[in-house]
Amino acid sequence: MNRSPIELWVYLSASPLLWLTLTLVVWIMASELSKKLGRHPLANPVLVSILVLSVMMIIADVPYERYFAGAQFIHFLLGPATVAIALPLYRQWKEVRALLVPISVALLIGSVVAVTSVVGLGLVFDLPREIMLSFLPKSATAGVAMAISQSLGGDPSLTAVLVIMTGIVGALMVTPFMNLMRITDYAARGFAVGLTAHGIGTARAYEVNPTAGLFAGIAMALNAVATSAIAPLAASWLLS
Amino acid sequence: MLRGLAVLLLFQLLGESLVFLSDLAIPGPVVGLILLSATLPVLQRFRHQEVIHVDQAAQTLLGNLGLFFVPAGVGVVALGGIVGTHAGAIGAVLVLSAIITLAVTVWTFILVSRLIAGRRAP
Repeated sequence: MNRSPIELWVYLSASPLLWLTLTLVVWIMASELSKKLGRHPLANPVLVSILVLSVMMIIADVPYERYFAGAQFIHFLLGPATVAIALPLYRQWKEVRALLVPISVALLIGSVVAVTSVVGLGLVFDLPREIMLSFLPKSATAGVAMAISQSLGGDPSLTAVLVIMTGIVGALMVTPFMNLMRITDYAARGFAVGLTAHGIGTARAYEVNPTAGLFAGIAMALNAVATSAIAPLAASWLLS
Repeated sequence: MLRGLAVLLLFQLLGESLVFLSDLAIPGPVVGLILLSATLPVLQRFRHQEVIHVDQAAQTLLGNLGLFFVPAGVGVVALGGIVGTHAGAIGAVLVLSAIITLAVTVWTFILVSRLIAGRRAP
């Protein structure tokens, strides 16, 4: 051996390979952990992976840019994953068509509330405009929300963080909240969490009930489209 | 799987191109989603095998959807400064907005379903 382990670490921590591999390994372990804990909402694999990787980066003193150089290959897949939502929508078109009216009305009202509640609450809690612009698309799936934020003049990486936090909050709250409200209609429960908390909420809905998962996926797909139309309107009103 | 992935990427590319050319305010992948949804019935009819490939790729991607949020989520570390100074307000808006959206959406869905069922029943 001609080189020391410290040199190896310096070499590896600078390469995209290390952070790409670690992101995948941490995700797989977090998913296993979530299964073992009976899909407890607090063991949400997205939340656990983000926490573990963040702690690793802080300990190893690695800047986010260097982490992202590796992790961007995973991040890139948000685009084709968004396009892929067309398939469940097509496969389950019969179920969608049977409930087309409640779906359309709940989509329109829910999507408007998801965006305007941020404006209203943001004014109440005195949030700066720049943060509000990045906040508006928070209920849309990450790839779409980041694209909307960019076109509105927001900060896409701040949007990503707010989207993920919204997803986690929605996934954590949905089961206790719906049980408290005594709502037993799993199509309605799923649709609400998919609209509010996109992919993370949909993953949670599938853990609870297959019908809830199906309607959450439909809501996520439709709300990605609806938010694209509604957020720019809210933004132009906010800026005027 | 690879073939299906190529189709998904192709539709994303189409979506991005349309957005670029028309200056639409809708994200490229969403336009890709809409285009693919419109194309699938045609594809099913004439190139049935292709739909199976796309379905496989879609299932793999959507089955691990949570993973794709992780790289952006780790960005919380990098954004500590901006989020930190407004942490309280951001947290309050996040939680309240989520509760309001969940409640309004679920009740709208249930009320409209009942209205329709009531109209059909008599």
